[in-house]
Amino acid sequence: MIENLILSISVAIAAGLIGCFVVMRRMALAADALSHIALPGIGIALALHIHPIVGATTMLFFGALLVWAVDKKARVGTETVIGVLFSAALAIGSMMASGEQLVDALFGAAGVLTWPEILFGVAAATLVVGFVITNRSSLVVVLVSPDVARTAGINVQRLNLFYLETFALTIALGLRYLGVLLMGALIIIPAATAKRLAKDLTGMLVIAVLVAVSATVAGTWLAIWLHRETGPLIVTTAACLFLLSFLRK
Amino acid sequence: MDYALAVDRLSIRFGKVQVLHELSFHVARGESLAIIGPNGAGKTVLFQALIGSLPSEGTIRWAPEVRIGYVPQKLDLDRDVPITGMDFLLARARLAGGVAADIAGILSLVGVPEEVSLAPIGTLSGGQFQRLLLAFALLGNPTVLLLDEPTAGVDEPGQRQLNELVRHLQEKQGLTVLFISHELSVVYQYADSVLCLGRKSTCFGPPRKILTPDLLTEIYGTPVEYHVHHD
Repeated sequence: MIENLILSISVAIAAGLIGCFVVMRRMALAADALSHIALPGIGIALALHIHPIVGATTMLFFGALLVWAVDKKARVGTETVIGVLFSAALAIGSMMASGEQLVDALFGAAGVLTWPEILFGVAAATLVVGFVITNRSSLVVVLVSPDVARTAGINVQRLNLFYLETFALTIALGLRYLGVLLMGALIIIPAATAKRLAKDLTGMLVIAVLVAVSATVAGTWLAIWLHRETGPLIVTTAACLFLLSFLRK
Repeated sequence: MDYALAVDRLSIRFGKVQVLHELSFHVARGESLAIIGPNGAGKTVLFQALIGSLPSEGTIRWAPEVRIGYVPQKLDLDRDVPITGMDFLLARARLAGGVAADIAGILSLVGVPEEVSLAPIGTLSGGQFQRLLLAFALLGNPTVLLLDEPTAGVDEPGQRQLNELVRHLQEKQGLTVLFISHELSVVYQYADSVLCLGRKSTCFGPPRKILTPDLLTEIYGTPVEYHVHHD
């Protein structure tokens, strides 16, 4: 139980932090879309009898790489590229996995987490948190103007690639206990709440983490109390906190 | 001559549209180059090629150890993004390995009050945001400034103040300045040379020598009224 909580709090912190930049870069819909790229990976992993998380993470890694490469080459907008890939991935994924497996992947599966799953989760969450903290300045400048960022010595293409990969990794993190679909929500909702309430960047990062962690802890507790699945209750709690943010202003 | 920038036969095309064709010019260290031309002539595109944001053909040669400060035109930013001017400048100071203490001095130099720097950047007026971008550029301790219509959206006294500030920095620190402007009086007053990007032709040289009424008519495709400030 404790190890589950450690994992879910680590994932919530990672989701809150990366979510701030996802929301500010107007990629909120991309979080949902990108999550579906994991589906064919889960299908392939199940067919090959390997852990679904390996398949999903690999597919998300290549999906993010493809989004980056096509966006760089075609300049049609990251959101458009992700939209096309998402539809294709959903179609392929639905052909490769059964209905039940698909529902597990989208909304999270019940059951006890294994130690390798927990270690992967905590390590990957640490990587995401480390990326956002160490690249915070570069991410801010690129957000305001990629051209200005270039003259400040930032390798914009490389930063965008690492950012997309970190974003994809964060989605992979939620696969096991939230499901990829609900993970997209845990990335977006706390950050969207923080964007409404914060007065500056530090405020936004702190509020997003607090909302993500509160929703995770409260949702987990509610799930035990109500004998329901954890994922939907975490996301519902986060959505309630977002609605509460409208009480201010 | 000691060039800060030498451009030779620079061409840029977007698909079938040729934006710039075999453009050649140079800027000496400490010199001020104005770039003029009608909308759509490729002035901003030229700047983007110079900073490496756009692929181009031909040669762009910057002097070694050059540090570029770029002030773009008004950017498309959400009003509700909670990034303040101070967040933006602190990010630049951290990237440059500088100290936050420099920020207060530069803000006062460009005329941005402290309370304005604490507001989200999406809520700043055009003029305030231009000043903030200039402060950002200066924090990088540049040797070259690229200014894309730096006084657009700035009130009349503010325009004069910003132009004088750039001239002051140029004299004090030997900065090389490339600026895009639609104000021909400013071009006459502040530029050592001018690059005209016309719909059909281009020209390059000292403003008082090349900016004849006939040439301006050719560049803009219509007669241009202007007045020259005499020092």
